[in-house]
Amino acid sequence: MTAITPELVKEHGLSDDEYAHIKRLMNREPTLVELGIFSVMWSEHCSYKSTRVHLAKLPTKASWVIQGPGENAGVIDIGDGDACIFKMESHNHPSFIEPYQGAATGVGGIMRDVFTMGARPVAMMNALRFGEPSHPKTRHLVSGVVRGIGGYGNCMGVPTVGGEVNFHKSYNGNILVNAMCVGLARTDKIFKSAAKGAGNPVVYIGSKTGRDGIHGATMASAEFDDASEEKRPTVQVGDPFTEKLLLEACLELMATDAIIAIQDMGAAGLTSSSAEMGDKGGSGIELDLDKVPQREANMTAYDMMLSESQERMLAVLKPGREAEAEAIFKKWELDFAVIGITTDTKRLVVKHKGEVVADMPITALSDEAPKYSRPFEIRPAATGAPSFDKSKPVMASLKTILAAPDMASRRWVWEQYDVSVMSDTVQAPGGDSAVVRVHGTKKGLAITTDVTPRYCKADPFEGAKQAVAEAWRNITAVGARPLAVTDNLNFGNPQKPQIMGEIVAGIDGIGEACRALDFPVIGGNCSLYNETNGEGILPTPAIGGVGLMKDVAKSATIAFKRNVDVIMLVGETKGHLGQSIYLREIEGREEGAAPRVHLPSEKRNGDFVRLLIEAGGIDTVHDISDGGLLVAIAEMCLAGKMGANIRLPDGSDPIPFLFGEDQARYVVAFPSAMSVRVTDTARNHGVPHVLIGCTAPDKLLVEGIGELPVSELRTAHEGWFPRYMSGEEVPVTN
Amino acid sequence: MKSAVVVFPASNCDRDAATALEQMTGRPAHMVWHQDSELPDVDLVVLPGGFSYGDYLRCGAMASQSKIIQAVKAHAERGGAVLGICNGFQVLTESHLLPGALIRNADLKFVCRSVALEVDETQSAFTRKYDKGQKVSFPVAHGEGNYVADEETLNRLEGEGRVVFRYAAGDNPNGSSRNIAGILNEKRNVLGLMPHPERVVDPLLGGTDGRAMFESLIEALS
Repeated sequence: MTAITPELVKEHGLSDDEYAHIKRLMNREPTLVELGIFSVMWSEHCSYKSTRVHLAKLPTKASWVIQGPGENAGVIDIGDGDACIFKMESHNHPSFIEPYQGAATGVGGIMRDVFTMGARPVAMMNALRFGEPSHPKTRHLVSGVVRGIGGYGNCMGVPTVGGEVNFHKSYNGNILVNAMCVGLARTDKIFKSAAKGAGNPVVYIGSKTGRDGIHGATMASAEFDDASEEKRPTVQVGDPFTEKLLLEACLELMATDAIIAIQDMGAAGLTSSSAEMGDKGGSGIELDLDKVPQREANMTAYDMMLSESQERMLAVLKPGREAEAEAIFKKWELDFAVIGITTDTKRLVVKHKGEVVADMPITALSDEAPKYSRPFEIRPAATGAPSFDKSKPVMASLKTILAAPDMASRRWVWEQYDVSVMSDTVQAPGGDSAVVRVHGTKKGLAITTDVTPRYCKADPFEGAKQAVAEAWRNITAVGARPLAVTDNLNFGNPQKPQIMGEIVAGIDGIGEACRALDFPVIGGNCSLYNETNGEGILPTPAIGGVGLMKDVAKSATIAFKRNVDVIMLVGETKGHLGQSIYLREIEGREEGAAPRVHLPSEKRNGDFVRLLIEAGGIDTVHDISDGGLLVAIAEMCLAGKMGANIRLPDGSDPIPFLFGEDQARYVVAFPSAMSVRVTDTARNHGVPHVLIGCTAPDKLLVEGIGELPVSELRTAHEGWFPRYMSGEEVPVTN
Repeated sequence: MKSAVVVFPASNCDRDAATALEQMTGRPAHMVWHQDSELPDVDLVVLPGGFSYGDYLRCGAMASQSKIIQAVKAHAERGGAVLGICNGFQVLTESHLLPGALIRNADLKFVCRSVALEVDETQSAFTRKYDKGQKVSFPVAHGEGNYVADEETLNRLEGEGRVVFRYAAGDNPNGSSRNIAGILNEKRNVLGLMPHPERVVDPLLGGTDGRAMFESLIEALS
């Protein structure tokens, strides 16, 4: 037997205290297999040991929440017996090391989280962050990640309907790849992972087990250094074809009543799936590894328990239903094997070649996993309103901003994703939210992912609030009612009090906004240790939001639609330039206070906009975010292939008014005949509003300031991404 | 019109095709498993889009060897209509029901967007309800839709009026020879095309330009 040396413990990412605790729980030295199991189950990735204390403060309940955090994904009730199941998860570390496979398996993993609960995935989103464009690795990473997401999602036949792509030097050594999957099920056909009862067969389904991805969860729980690329063998390889078969086979099995519990083998594979199912069911699990379908010869118990081979599931069936299940998996040409049995011992017992190689209390892996209240230090938020040069020409600045790496059209990205497969995509990428019809009904889901990391850096609390508010606003802007979110918390090393302070403030900010907006958190994922050589990323708490609309035919889009429509600005404009895109792209500075989100105004203004859309007749809405009012209007011109004439309200200062990033604002356009009704409604709801112009052919004109043909804006907006990716453009540094 | 949709492992537009067929014909399509050796009694067989057998070999090559393809060939031989969309088109060329081949897109990237097409030929059961030269807009979503064939075959296809859909000039998403988007077999009862007509039958989803294809088939086959 391998002796457990201090070096071996350290290689497994366990601290001395943690190892001492393991010995107490076991009353002996663990075996190597047991050490490996502890190492993955107690990793940050699986145990949330730094964040559990704080995550417990998030609001997770509402009358429409069927399942909050704790299962593979969250579930909400969307009426008529339909349930929406969704979650967002990161695959940051693997994607940096091997972008195609890292991103592809990130997509595959999150899809399994959703279909293991009984849902058919209907939409994918993603939130991607890369290093500065001039960094020598950025192009390669963008290309690989985008191809990986498309390669997996397109083959699965699930539309990828939107997301975010940002560039910033803080991600040079740690890119972020967050993928979100949204699925649909019936409320009475939701599957969970509690392996209740003893004597039930534990079955393995899907791909064979190989040596890929061993210790992926441990890798995802450590900082990178210059040697990290040597970790390539810990990145898994995806096979979307097998996953598609697994999806169809699982849904077919789920149509029967043979399943007691089912869970995908994600991070920490067989180990975490069996331990979590036993833990939730209050039972024990005994596994015989000789029965596990294996891809390679001479695999050890350690290899098999820690492998992260993809496209695998573990299920507990009702006794006697094995043959029925096996027939389904045979039909889909997938491996199926009974590899164990549930027991009443609350122990995880693993046998290999006739020997017991692990025998441990399951609670030691879950409840007894370390939970830290790490010391934290809340850094004071950045303050102040930055100065700016009032003489800079507005229209030239607009063109520069529309062509900036963070603002340019993402067409190059989304044209590599199948957006329309499944024939229910009502709004594809480019709008405020994607809108996907609930198949066979008039209902629609609005889906968005949002966060503005530069705000979070300046003010982690306000920035996190803003991420939630922007998701809520984007869902509102298409006319849907925001229902729930999943969060994907990407931060640096939690053992540094400053970083831990960002995490705590971020979670508090999400909590405050979600409570005020009645927008509960029903699941999520934390990705910590996003640091290379001691340098952390911008705090990036990505929010994935889902909303519901009763009639997708009424959904509003950002495109201007008719000539001489009245353009109304909804919400209060003070001209907040701190941390704005204008300041960064035109003045070359990232400074000042992040914009504050006043949650009661956010709710009031958004409820008003949604009311207008639901009442019918208002079909043109855009929220105002990065870049401010003039950028929002330019995007509406580009989408609608028409122009606008804008007149500033008397006394307004052009640059802050046109480029400020004040929150809780929308641009709405409608035929002039509706003006009286709309302005009366705004007044009745106490919503600040001002008419600022009307749509026009071909040109965007700001009275007294300047004008530009929309075609020229389009060239600027569409040009950057393809030029950059083809290597023609000397990239801009941000 | 009675129709069937073949389901290969990792077909993924099978449901879309069946939904469009049911919406247009008012009757559900038969779903036929790739390991079946017989087709039900139908007028039209659809080979849907997707990644049959993972498409890890040449796209459609594995599917062309499947059991059901023999039955599809027999159906075509009898004069029955066969419509191959996207991966279905690839299966048809691999099965030699249509000439030529579909190779990687010229820019080597998967492409999904709406493209402008011209209906070049209306003398077919698939396009009789379109006007000759009509401009329509269908989405494409493929990585290997670049149609190639030798010059003689291309000349023959054009000479016999078998190029049914062409990408509008300047809007060819994959670099296909002579902007070819869809072709007929010699007997004009088998059509393969890369764009997706079944995704444009509902006004909420980006247009209805695909409806005329199904209306043509209903008129010709009912």
